[in-house]
This record gives sequence, structure tokens and C-alpha cells, in this order.
Amino acid sequence: MSGIRVPRGTRFRRARAMDLTFGPEYETFRAKVLDFLIQHRDAYPGPNRPARADALRWQQLLIEHGYAARTIPKAYGGYGAEPDILKSRIIAEEFTAARAPTGMAGQGISMFVPTLLEMGTEAQKQQWIAPTLRGEVIWCQGYSEPGSGSDLASLQTRASEDGDDFLINGQKIWTSTAMQADMIFCLVRTEPDAPKHAGISYLIFSMKTPGIEIRPLKTMTGHAEFNEVFFTDVRVPRSQIVGQRGEGWRVANATLKHERGMLGDPDAAASRLAAIIDLMREETVDGQRLIDNPLLRDRLMRLQARVLAMKFNGLRLISAQLNGESGGLAALVVKLQGCDLNHDLAALAIDALGELGVLYQDSPHLRAGGVWQQRYMFDLGLIIGGGTAQIQKNIIAERGLGMPREPKLAGF
Amino acid sequence: MMVDSLEKALTQLCPLERVRAFADNKETVARDLWTGLADLGVPGLLIAEEHGGLGLTLLDAALAAEAFGRHVAPAPFLGAALAAIALRDAGSAAQQSRWLPKLAAGEALAAVAISEAMAGARDGAGVTASNGKLNGTSLFVIDAAEADLILVADRAGALHLVAGDAPGISRIALTTVDLTRRLGELRFDNTPAEPLALGEPSAVLTRLRDAAWVLLAADALGAGQRMIEKSVAYAAERRQFGRVIGSFQAVKHLCAEMAAELEPCRALVWYAAHAWDAVPDEASLTAAHAKAHLSEVGRFVARTATEVHGGIGITDLLGLHYWFKRIGLDRQLLGGPERVRHLAAVLQGLVAA
Repeated sequence: MSGIRVPRGTRFRRARAMDLTFGPEYETFRAKVLDFLIQHRDAYPGPNRPARADALRWQQLLIEHGYAARTIPKAYGGYGAEPDILKSRIIAEEFTAARAPTGMAGQGISMFVPTLLEMGTEAQKQQWIAPTLRGEVIWCQGYSEPGSGSDLASLQTRASEDGDDFLINGQKIWTSTAMQADMIFCLVRTEPDAPKHAGISYLIFSMKTPGIEIRPLKTMTGHAEFNEVFFTDVRVPRSQIVGQRGEGWRVANATLKHERGMLGDPDAAASRLAAIIDLMREETVDGQRLIDNPLLRDRLMRLQARVLAMKFNGLRLISAQLNGESGGLAALVVKLQGCDLNHDLAALAIDALGELGVLYQDSPHLRAGGVWQQRYMFDLGLIIGGGTAQIQKNIIAERGLGMPREPKLAGF
Repeated sequence: MMVDSLEKALTQLCPLERVRAFADNKETVARDLWTGLADLGVPGLLIAEEHGGLGLTLLDAALAAEAFGRHVAPAPFLGAALAAIALRDAGSAAQQSRWLPKLAAGEALAAVAISEAMAGARDGAGVTASNGKLNGTSLFVIDAAEADLILVADRAGALHLVAGDAPGISRIALTTVDLTRRLGELRFDNTPAEPLALGEPSAVLTRLRDAAWVLLAADALGAGQRMIEKSVAYAAERRQFGRVIGSFQAVKHLCAEMAAELEPCRALVWYAAHAWDAVPDEASLTAAHAKAHLSEVGRFVARTATEVHGGIGITDLLGLHYWFKRIGLDRQLLGGPERVRHLAAVLQGLVAA
């Protein structure tokens, strides 16, 4: 056990957090997961930009043991387990507690693979899922455009027919990992005369295709976490479509559903809280530990309550799913509340650090590699991205509370 | 199932007019309501079946408390539930058989005087026990007015049972903003009392505190939920500028924010109650966080829901203020959020007590 470090802030509740629903079968499973984590401790890739080879090896190991791609059929390169939400939950809990890196979770694995499983042809599944799961093919998402943010369906990137191909012209923005990506899944307008939701198709193509230009989009963090992608007469075979022509909006919504689940993840908040508790116990100012400052401690406790509320809300959603019920409001609020909580956690870490909290990049005296400032700025982007906070509130009010929909202007 | 029948009963027994009458007439106990609830077994919810109760869990009690909050019900439930827990955990067989059947039937009412132990002593309050007699004052006594049984924590944290008709008790009503529940000041002058027989006193008091925190949090949860429902309904009918105000994003987003804050609280309260029943290691911390967090979210919802209602929201005509004030009392009673959060930090060893 000595190799496993349980974050202090989560210790009190970790071991029995699931007594509500876990039986002996699951405790055996939990022991198996713990065993794996201890045995393979030396194989953990490092937290900050691990070597690609290490990351690929770790991913392969996780798939072999069913800790990544767990429910993806064996035929497509997954582990092929029956879906079991509790087991997935146990894996997430134990990996978080051990601070072990979980499987890769790029847009290919988390968004494209589930979409393809739901909407793709057999040939597409055979071709793309396995290498994507192994981390060998990296994907980026071509959805947002400069003129189409919250109103995504108004997108203007045009794909016109040219023989057996589409010719693509237009621009995408907020494309994370475009620089590293081998492939893109991309929304384009194929039927310009159809109503806006009905004129969109979902294409997949190589990022090496001639006519693609990538410009890094540097954000306030100082890094280019996103890119702009320009298409000029990009030639894509008409067969590289997921779903039918004009069905792209429906296909994309399958993907967006998976993205909303990714953002606002309560495990991320729990890990951050644990890190802040460590920070506040270790750092001193004038010889006083930060945790001994009653104002900072009060803020910490307020955030801990919110972290717990989101964690138990997550358990509630799991049990709703097990009973075949919809998550309702409890599901609709996760993105809004989770992203806000993560942002507030970063803000507390910065405030607790005081003047040290503004240090950044490679400064002397920098703490935690400047990660808190980086998160504070980057997470503001997450509050905006994936459906802005205001769009989330519209969704909560309209779908969750049954309030009147936004009046639609004619033609939009 | 219990929740459904309780909900039905409260809709019938406890419409807003009944709450209003209780508040306006300065009633001390709504006997009609309590008798109706006794038919459902609510007073004995936490009492074992052998003593005539339902033998249910704190999670069930929390669901009941949530329903009382929803209906701003003037029910002496908190005193009854806490007295039942204390007797269950630490009463002798004789104490249990003397009191539990009467409490379970709703025939005896219980007061709980633990404020000094939970929230600190104010204005010189405090009770000392010696030679089977209590002396001193307890403030913010829950359901004090007509109690047949009074549970008292002394300055050392030990718990005592006092019969309501014992000599040397003065009862003084305290008027709070929340006129749907009754708090009192009790003065003891050589009042005969017997200590709760079993258990380590501080452990018994801790269990009692955690249960009380969960029940107050659940009450605020129910009251807040009702305030959101009222806001959404009002926004769907009130028209300004030729539209229902619920079609304006400014109003819609206030409602969404309330729901976004309150909905995760539901799982927090449920889990804290479940932990009290079944996961002792987590009970105190989750109870503390439930109490403190519902205090904060409750305040936000109370204020925001009132704003959504506009001017009518602050009038007595509408009566929304009963929920506003209910949430206000839930927040302060047995420790405001700052005090409770400090204890939450102590519980985790983050800071010395």
C-alpha cells in the first residue's frame, strides 16, 4: 500500500463513499484495481507532457486490463466489457485517489469514437476506432467558426460537390490539438438552400490534406491551446461522411452530448481540492501556515462543500442511470456548476499564495509550475466553451424548469 | 411512499391559510396538524417499532423535514425527532419505555435545549447540573412552549431529561422572524432532572448535533425548492412589456441559477443523512457541510426568488416571506455557517479546535 498516496482531503470519504450501492462483487473489483495501480506504479507517465512513447505504452496497458476503452467491443480494439457504471466509477475513484494518470481522453477517444459507434458504418468503425483508442491517431474537432459560436448551426464552411469529392472552403476556430492532429471530424454546409439545421454534414479527413492551413491561437495563458484552421479547396472523397448528407447536426449532437459529460467532471474538482489542501498545509507566510488563516480556511471549507455536493450529485446521476431514469435537472446543472467550481478553486489557490500567486512561466519562486494561474485563465475558457454559461442557463431554465423558450427571429 | 402520503397530508392539513393563522394568532402548537401527522406515524418516525414507532432512518426523517420546509409547516418535528434520537441512543430501558411510546403516538411533545452546546452561550446562558437538579438558563430551545419532555444539555455537554411539569421551570417565548416555528428560553431553578443513562455524553451530543444539522439542512432544501417552483410559476403568468416575464433571459437566468445551486444540494443532504445512518466516519463532516452549504444556498435562493416576484414578493399578501424567514432560521439555528465550517475544518484535523 505504501506506494499509493491518498490525497489527504479526500481520505475521509473515499473508502466507503459508495456503500449506498456497492456490494461485495464491487469490493473485489476495487481490490483488483488497487492491485493493478500498485503493481504498475513505475509505468505511470509523468504528469507534465510525458514522452509520447510512455503515454502510448500506458494506454496500451490500460486497454489490456480494461481501465481504458473498457466497454468498446473487442472487435474494434477495446476491452469489450459489459457497461457497468459502478465499475467505471470505481476505476475513476481509485485512479484519482492514487493520482495515477487515467487513459487518454482527447477528442478522438472521448467524442469521435462514441459518435462513430453510434452513427458510423461498419467499415468506418473497423478503420478508425482501434488506432484512435491506442492513441496512434489523434483527432481534432472542426465545429465552431468565427461567426458561429453559441449559434453553431449557422456555420458557413462550405462543402460543394466536385465529382466524387467535396471541395471544402471556409474557416474553423477553437480547434484544440489541430497542430498534433492526424485527422479532423468537421461540420460543413453541404446543402446551402436547406434550413440551417438541415444543411449540415459531418465529414472526416486527414489534416495533411492539401489546402489546410493551421494558425495557432494564443490565449491569455500565453500558450496556444487552440488554433484557427483555414480550408481552401480542400478535396475530400464523398465517402468520408458519417451519417447521411444533411444529417450532420444530428451526428454532431451525439458528439456534443459526450463533450458535456467531459466538462464539469467532479473528480477533477476533488483532485484540485486535495491539491489546495496540501498547498495550504505546506506553504507558510511569516511562519504561519496558510491553513491557519481563518479567512482562507473558511473559503476552503465553502469550496469543499460544493465539491462534495457535486460528487454526490454525480453518484445520484449514476444511480438514476442504473434505474433507467433520466438525470433531469441534476444532469443539466453539471457543466455550469462544475466549471464554475473549478475556476473558484483555482482562484482560492492563487489568493492563498498571495504575491507568490501571480508568479508565472519560469519565474524564480514559482509554485506548482504556475499551474494555478494557468488554470484560472484557461478555465474561464471552459466556462465559455462547450456551451457558454448563459447558454447553459437557458438550457436549465427551458428544459429543466419548463420556462418559455427564447423567441426565435424569423429566418434564424 | 412515505413522502407521497406526507406530501398529500401536508397539502390538506397545512395550506398557507393554516400557516398564516398559526403565525398571526401566536399559536404555540398546531395540535390539529400534529394529530394528523401522528396518524401517519410521523412523530415516531425514528422510534423503534417495539415502542410504537416506525423504526425508520435519518434519511427518512430528512425527507420528512424537507416536506415540512416545503410547506413551511408549523409542526414540532425537530424537537420530537431529536428527543427520539437521544432516547434511542442513550436512554435507559426505563427512560425509553416511559417516553418513547408517548412521543411516537404524538401524545407527548418534546423540547430540545442544546443551543449553548452547539452554537455557543449568549447573554450568560448555560445550565449546570448537580445532585439531580438543574439550574440556569437555556436559550433558543426548540419547540419549548408546551413540551411534556425537555432534553437539556448542561455546560459540560451531558444530557438530561426533564419532565415538562417538573417544578422550577420558567418558559419565556422568544419571537423570531420565522413565525412558523417556536423557540423559547427556559429557566431552571432547582429543577429535578435525570441524566440520560447510557453512552459517552460527548458522543451522544455529537450524534444529536449531526442529526440536527442534517434536518435543518433538509428543511432549508424543501423551503428553497418551493421558492424556486413559486418563482417559475409566477414568471409564467406575470406579464410586462407584452410578454410573460419568464421569457426574459434576465428573469430566466435567475431561476436557472437558483436551480443550479440548489439541485446538487439534494444529493448532499441525502448523502449526509445516509452517512449518519450507515457510514459513521463520514457522518459529522457531511452533516456540517450540508448545514453550512444549505445555509448559503438557501439564503441565495430566498433572496433571488423574492426578487423574481418583484414588489409583490415582499408583501404579506403573497406570503412568500414565510419561506424566506424559514430559511433564515434554518441558517442561524444551532450554529451559523461560519461556525459550522470552522468545525468542519477541525473535524479533518486541518486546524486545532
